[in-house]
Parts: sequence; structure tokens; C-alpha cells
Amino acid sequence: MQFDSFSAFLDMGGYGFYVWLSFGVSTVLILALIFSSLRGHTQAIKQIAIRQQREKKLHQLRKQRNDTHIKTEVTS
Amino acid sequence: MTVNVQMNTHLVTPKFRITFLIIVNRRAKFMWKWLHPYADPEVSYHLTGKIIPWFSALTTFFLLIGLIWALAYAPADYQQGDSFRIFYIHVPAASLSMGIYLGMAIAAFTSLVWQFKLADASAASMAPVGAVFTAIALITGSAWGKPMWGTWWIWDARLTSELILLFLYLGVMALHNAFEDKALAGKAASILTLVGVVNLPIIKYSVEWWNTLHQGSTVSQLGKPAMSVEMLWPFVFCFMGFALLVGTIVCIRFRSEILLRNSIRPWVKALVLDQYPSNKVKNKIMENK
Repeated sequence: MQFDSFSAFLDMGGYGFYVWLSFGVSTVLILALIFSSLRGHTQAIKQIAIRQQREKKLHQLRKQRNDTHIKTEVTS
Repeated sequence: MTVNVQMNTHLVTPKFRITFLIIVNRRAKFMWKWLHPYADPEVSYHLTGKIIPWFSALTTFFLLIGLIWALAYAPADYQQGDSFRIFYIHVPAASLSMGIYLGMAIAAFTSLVWQFKLADASAASMAPVGAVFTAIALITGSAWGKPMWGTWWIWDARLTSELILLFLYLGVMALHNAFEDKALAGKAASILTLVGVVNLPIIKYSVEWWNTLHQGSTVSQLGKPAMSVEMLWPFVFCFMGFALLVGTIVCIRFRSEILLRNSIRPWVKALVLDQYPSNKVKNKIMENK
């Protein structure tokens, strides 16, 4: 250990502000990057799932419409 | 008889040529065959999924030890005192910002030359990570420059070229997101990446080519060891930790890119349905309405 006390550790030989500014900003930026990357993954899955659901619905509607169309043609 | 022989040679030569070509081709294919499965998005997706836990465990191991060592146990510099501890973030971040760019440039090159789609996905996942590490290098450098040089910023060669690197990263990110067609976006971003490679040697040698306020290389000076061992080891741990962190984050982002670029493939559909059941989606749609 290079420091005698905790306050000496915080003071960093007079350079405390600059040292803790560097370490603090770096930590914040890296944590933000990690969380945005993890969130991006769940977001991607959600986005694909919603698109998939919409396509399925459209497909069903189209099929329904085609069926009724054929029925009306047959009856007329 | 003679006619027969002539006919035979006539028949054999092209046949031989074809078999020869097939053999050569097979050999060339065999040489790279071990790499082929990794060009498949599904294989890459599952492989990176297996890598992530190992990388993140190693990251926490190296970074915890490295940062505590750097902050509390490494000796202070005889000239710079405790402000020297910024070095343990600044130098790994700066060299990784260049390393990531190099990786991105290799991916861009493979994407342009061999039309290799996964290369675009990996380049797109590397750009934001590189941008953050460049920003960290700039901010920590500035916070180190203030007490040592007396100024937060100066337009000298090293600092300016590193700032240009940040803008290159931002440009690449913007191009990857600028087009709906991901292949087109990848092409545009790849060209910008390759043009920007010229900045890498400028950053690297700026401290030698021009008179600058920035100090020369600390870690790797050929010939004599520049750093004392008590300072070098915590640096090695920090560097390994940050490098593995970059690997972890790039893997996470790479997987999302793969999913988004292959969303119509059956394996992605099955995977999404498995992780995000349809009733949940219905509820989400109802909420949006």
C-alpha cells in the first residue's frame, strides 16, 4: 500500500481531482457502453418478435380475404 | 490404330486438365475449410455466446486486480507523483482505440473484397466500442495534461490525430445506420474505414515526427526497459483487462447485429420465438395501441 490513510488515498498526493475524474469518467462511459450493448440485444430480439407477429397477422388476414373472395365467387 | 491413339490423346488432355484443376481447387478449399463454418451466422452466434461468459469472467479478474494494484499499490512516479496513476487507464484505452480501428479496417477489407456479410456485422459492432475507448483516451489525457502541462487541451499532433480518430469512428457508426440496406451501409462504412487507416500511423508516430507536448512511448522502448517492474505488472493487468472487456462488448454487440441482419432466417425466427413468446408480443402491441 502506497498510502498511509484513506484520506491520503483520496488526495492522491494533491492530484486527487484529476485522478478520480479520469477513473470516474472512464467507469461511467464503460458501464454505459455495457448496459447499452446488453439492452441492444434484448431490444433486437423484441424488434424481430414484433415484426414477426405483424407479418403473421398480415398473412392470416390475406388468407381470410382470399377465402371469402373465393366463396363469393363460387356462390355468385 | 493411329487414329485411335490420336483420339485418345485428344480425349485425355482436357480430362487431365479438369482433374488437375479439381485437385488444386480441392486443396485450396481444404486449406481454408476449418474456417468455413465460422462464416455461418448461426455458428458465429452460438460460438460468441459461449465465449462471452469466459471473457467477462477474465475481464473482471484482470480489471479488479489491475485497477486496485494501479490505484493503491503501484509506486508513484518520481516526477509526476500520483497523477501517474491516470496512465493505467489512459495508455490501454489509447492503444486499444487504435487496435480496434485496425480490427475494424481488416473487417472492412474482407467485406469489400470477399463480400463477406459477417465482416460488416463485426465492423458495425466494433465502431461504438472504439469510439468510447477513444473518448476515454482523450478525456483521461486531458485530465492528466491539466496538472502536468498546465492545460486541458492543446492542438498538437498527437491530440489532434486522436480527435480525428474519434470523428472517424462517429462517421463509421453514422454510415452503418444511415441506410436501410445493410449491405450498402456496410460498403459505405468500409470505404470510410479504409480511407481512415491513414490516420493510424500518424497517431503512432506523431510524437516522433513533430515537436509535441505529448511524451514519448513509455511501455515499449526497444533496447532498455523503460518502466520499472512494479509499474509494468499492474499495467499488464489493466491492459489485459481492458482488451478482454473490448472482446466481451464486441461479442455482445456482434450477436445483436447478426440477429438483426438475419431476421428472416428460420433459425433466428425460432430463437426469437423461444426467447420472446408470442403472447408477450401481443401484450406489447396492445399496450402500444
